[in-house]
Amino acid sequence: MSELRRRLASWDSIIIALTVLVLVIASVGVPNFGTSRNFTFLILDLMPIVLVALPMTFIIVTGEIDLSVASTLGLTSSLMGWFWNNGLSIEMIIPLCVLVGALLGAFNGFLVTGLGLPSLAVTIGTLALYRGLAFVVLGDGAVADFPWNYTGWVTGTIGGGAVPNVLILIVALALIFGVVLHATPFGRSLYAIGANAQAAHFSGIRVARTKFWLYVASGAIAGLVGVLWTLRYSSARADNGSGLELAVVAAVLLGGVSIFGGRGTLPGVLAGVVLLAALQNALRLQDVSGQALNIVTGALLVLSVLLPNVTSSIRATWHRRRLRQAAAH
Amino acid sequence: MTAALTTKSKRPGLSLSGLVKTRELGIILALAVLVAYTTASHPRFLSGQSIRDILLNTAILAVMAAGQAVVVITRNIDLSVGSVLGLSAFTVATMMSANPDLPMIVALLVGLAVGAVAGLINGVLVRYGRVPALVVTLGTLYMFRGITYSWAGGRQVNADELPRHFLQFANASVLGVPWLVLIAVVVVVGVSVLMRNYRVGRELYAMGSSPQAAELAGIRVARNLLGAFLLSGALAGLAGVLFAARFGTVDASAGNGYELNVVAAVVVGGVAVFGGSGTVWGAGLGALLLTVIGSALAVLDINQFWQQAIVGALILFAICADRLVAVRIARSLKKRDSHV
Repeated sequence: MSELRRRLASWDSIIIALTVLVLVIASVGVPNFGTSRNFTFLILDLMPIVLVALPMTFIIVTGEIDLSVASTLGLTSSLMGWFWNNGLSIEMIIPLCVLVGALLGAFNGFLVTGLGLPSLAVTIGTLALYRGLAFVVLGDGAVADFPWNYTGWVTGTIGGGAVPNVLILIVALALIFGVVLHATPFGRSLYAIGANAQAAHFSGIRVARTKFWLYVASGAIAGLVGVLWTLRYSSARADNGSGLELAVVAAVLLGGVSIFGGRGTLPGVLAGVVLLAALQNALRLQDVSGQALNIVTGALLVLSVLLPNVTSSIRATWHRRRLRQAAAH
Repeated sequence: MTAALTTKSKRPGLSLSGLVKTRELGIILALAVLVAYTTASHPRFLSGQSIRDILLNTAILAVMAAGQAVVVITRNIDLSVGSVLGLSAFTVATMMSANPDLPMIVALLVGLAVGAVAGLINGVLVRYGRVPALVVTLGTLYMFRGITYSWAGGRQVNADELPRHFLQFANASVLGVPWLVLIAVVVVVGVSVLMRNYRVGRELYAMGSSPQAAELAGIRVARNLLGAFLLSGALAGLAGVLFAARFGTVDASAGNGYELNVVAAVVVGGVAVFGGSGTVWGAGLGALLLTVIGSALAVLDINQFWQQAIVGALILFAICADRLVAVRIARSLKKRDSHV
């Protein structure tokens, strides 16, 4: 019983329930929210956040962070425009961009694991560096003439219905990351690293190597999202994806992943992403301005970490009081 | 560990004191080389007007960096400063355009107060909510900016709506030194002295080098931490007033992304992100270096887009250097211990 109760009261079940609640209320109460057209837009809007959130979840579970993802996205988007202007074929550009993303991630990974630098500081540095390089590559111009069959695929839906093509990609990657995190020894080792890196090291887990590859994965996915973002808006720009890292970190923490590492589930993170996206989408349909939505995002981010802390300290107080009463009797 | 040592670096014969000094010395050298090279190819770089522009641009950044340095020294971070600047700038600009007769000092105090409230919110959430500063200030970065946007909408306050004395404050000077620069110098020197010579300053260093030990040693951690965030917020608010006076046009996006430059100035200025070491005047120098780089790029006719990439590279370079110093100290300590 207590296991079931613990499960139900855990933060990720709360957030999943909350997400379902928001979706139901919005579908009923907000005009146009429940339409198939809006569903397509909702999926397209949350695509970059959900994809980048997958490796970010792994990284935060190990107790590190990667704030450079949005800049990696911007740099690959810039390079995509530059390659295209220089006559490379799109079939070559896409894998090349993913590779560049992986290399940028490897640089982060090297600084964090090879030199032992704090990931927060490193990725604030590469956040500035990669975004700066993106502007060096493309300036403040844009490249827009990408082939329509590619841009059309990203914005299109399966058979012209409501389900966008990119949902296949999202589901496939989410399944892969979910299985790896929750059903493999590798996934377990990430929690061990986050709970106590030293203990994990002594029990034979290659902590540094693991973290390094997580950064590579994070960079590669950010590169892929750079490509998808560019194709979705038919526009390669150096400032593509600015600020995305905040939305991703917000979604991951909202999904119940502890910023201190060692705790959190991927279903929770997916719920966090959907909750944020659905709230923003619903508020926008109600004519709340996009920038004012930042208040909601920020408040949710703080609350998602504050609430579990407050409830656990209240629970601890109760527990102490009960013990004291038991001792008095 | 670095920090525990820095606090007593005045003791003679400790090799560390030399090492720590080299961190600020490094910035001064870099500044000297940069200025010398740029002046050699473009002598106008050292003209009065150019120096004045550089100092005015440094002032706003340096004021914020002084507060940020204090927060980083306690092993925390305040990412909300850009949004606090925006909120304060818009508040003060709106107030001054509605009441043109208000004296400058009121504008300064209101800006400080807006920032102090924002900083206090950050501090309370970090200390009493036990939420990491990174998460809190990332959240409030969004929230304060969102508040400014939903209040301002697309509206902006233009220079012609602002009273003349408010705008002149940015250019007016005392004995040839612009007010803005004077304020920045007073802030940086004042906070430096506070951190170096007063008990509360040393306590903040102690908290950064070992939060647990500081608590056990009876340092009033909660009060000090609230004070650090309050200072950072208040100075960001003050920077908002200076921003409004200098640029005259204020919309909801004022100071967007400034947090990156402020953190860069602090880290480049030799304040360790692990907390517990570095100096406030080093952070001020960091702000100066970043501004001079920006101006030099413009004068040397190098693509301005390089600036951000250089900022990023400098941050990485600074934390690598910091790590190198820490490793060397650890090694030399180990060697000394083996002799005992």
